[in-house]
Amino acid sequence: MNLDQLRDHLCSVYPDLCPLFSVEFGDGVLNVASNDIFSAANDLKNLGFDRLLMLTAVDRGVVFEYQCRLLSRAMSAAITLKTEVPRERPSVSSLVPLWPAADWQEREVYDMFGISFAGHPDLRRILLPDDWGGYPLRKDYKDPRMIRRPDYI
Amino acid sequence: MPLDVESREAVETAEGEVVDELVVNVGPSHPSTHGVCRVIIHLDGEIVTRAEPVIGYLHRGIEKMAENRTYLQVVPLTDRLDYVGSMYSNWAYCRSVERLADIPVPERAEYLRVIVCELQRIASHMMAIGSNGADTGALTLFVYAFDQREHVVELFEELCGQRLTYNYVRPGGVSHDMPEGWADDVRAFTAAHRSALAEMDKLFFGNVITRGRLKGIGVLSADDAVAWGASGPVARGSGVNWDLRKHDPYSVYPRFDFDIPTGTDGDCYDRARVRLYECYESCRIIEQALAQMQPGPHRTEGLPRLIAPPPGDAYDHIESARGALGVYLVSDGSTRPYRMKVRSPAFCNLALLPTLAEGHMLSDLVAILGSLDPVFGEVDR
Repeated sequence: MNLDQLRDHLCSVYPDLCPLFSVEFGDGVLNVASNDIFSAANDLKNLGFDRLLMLTAVDRGVVFEYQCRLLSRAMSAAITLKTEVPRERPSVSSLVPLWPAADWQEREVYDMFGISFAGHPDLRRILLPDDWGGYPLRKDYKDPRMIRRPDYI
Repeated sequence: MPLDVESREAVETAEGEVVDELVVNVGPSHPSTHGVCRVIIHLDGEIVTRAEPVIGYLHRGIEKMAENRTYLQVVPLTDRLDYVGSMYSNWAYCRSVERLADIPVPERAEYLRVIVCELQRIASHMMAIGSNGADTGALTLFVYAFDQREHVVELFEELCGQRLTYNYVRPGGVSHDMPEGWADDVRAFTAAHRSALAEMDKLFFGNVITRGRLKGIGVLSADDAVAWGASGPVARGSGVNWDLRKHDPYSVYPRFDFDIPTGTDGDCYDRARVRLYECYESCRIIEQALAQMQPGPHRTEGLPRLIAPPPGDAYDHIESARGALGVYLVSDGSTRPYRMKVRSPAFCNLALLPTLAEGHMLSDLVAILGSLDPVFGEVDR
């Protein structure tokens, strides 16, 4: 299924989500408000996106961009669900009730970005020790052992 | 939790019976954990009631390190992700860079990439099957499998000078064209490998002890495999016919004729056997690729050493020996990645361990962990 067919299919089943769909750098993207992430993911799951492929975040300065990539083997299509999460007390709802695959991946996002997931059954650090200070993949993370490599020309 | 977890505690079961539960800590350095993985096991007698993997012992912060390096300097870092299958990490990363910066790849390079990745699949699966055998008491199989792996590693050494971390696939092509006579060596290997596979099939999978140790152990249903995001031989062992080479075709894979072996029962036996049959399919692909290959350049000439892709993001994935391996890159227009995220199949597959191990004997836990084939360089990143 190509992106136009995906858009048509999405618009025919869920007209509310239709205006949120866009194509960014060759990928189908659905930009939703951070409160709607669970309902949008649920709608996409009912649409046939049965796999949660990847769940991650990007530090965009003022906000965190939180995104999850869903995949449908039957439709052979992928879609990315994106939302912006404020930097102060960042929180989104957990997708574990929809896909258990979200469990460890949300723990990793929590570990690296400090985004908390409402409704997660066991939200703890996963890769770093429990007593680690700070969230390393934030751009303002400071560690005296970190060096900036020189700019190569 | 402290490292020396070993205690007895009285636990009340659902039926109201009070049992003595023993908490045992396995790892982080234990020969059967296939790397630095720690598993906290709750035991009722010899039955595992709960197994909790504790990971992160090999966390080097590769995603953070990538933000401090130029696009080309990240390629050797990706070698250290899945160190049993470095070619995959190289390729997945390079595909994302090529997508982001719109770099063309010559056709010969695509063929070389397919050939090395299928050879890598054989090497990686030999490691998985061999250690599966060693874990369940069939040490002979380990020796047979590592003999085969050694041949592949020698081919790689001839090709690029490295035996483990190859740094072979680069944005825009591959680092070396194949040396003279290499194609014949590969053909001789695939021919010999087929008969070795048949021997291993008879020796291990036909063995009554192996069947007793692996059949019906760690059963994963097809629905669970999809819900937990399992991929690769772990999902295909449960009958989920999902392989990116067929279902999201990339590179020159559509030009080859090959099958996707799947299991039916979703137990340790099926997962291991799917790996064995994938090696046959890899031999088929390699032979077709060698026959179809045309002379030509093996990399795009004139690429700058400092790649500065336009701002944007790109995600691309390939089918590695462990499943869907994806790399997500964000560029801010500078010469360093703004963010790199590795979608690691080993990480997602390992999350299944608590579900699969529950209710099995302690000695089966080792077989289940081995059948998930985790590589901790990629799990911990």
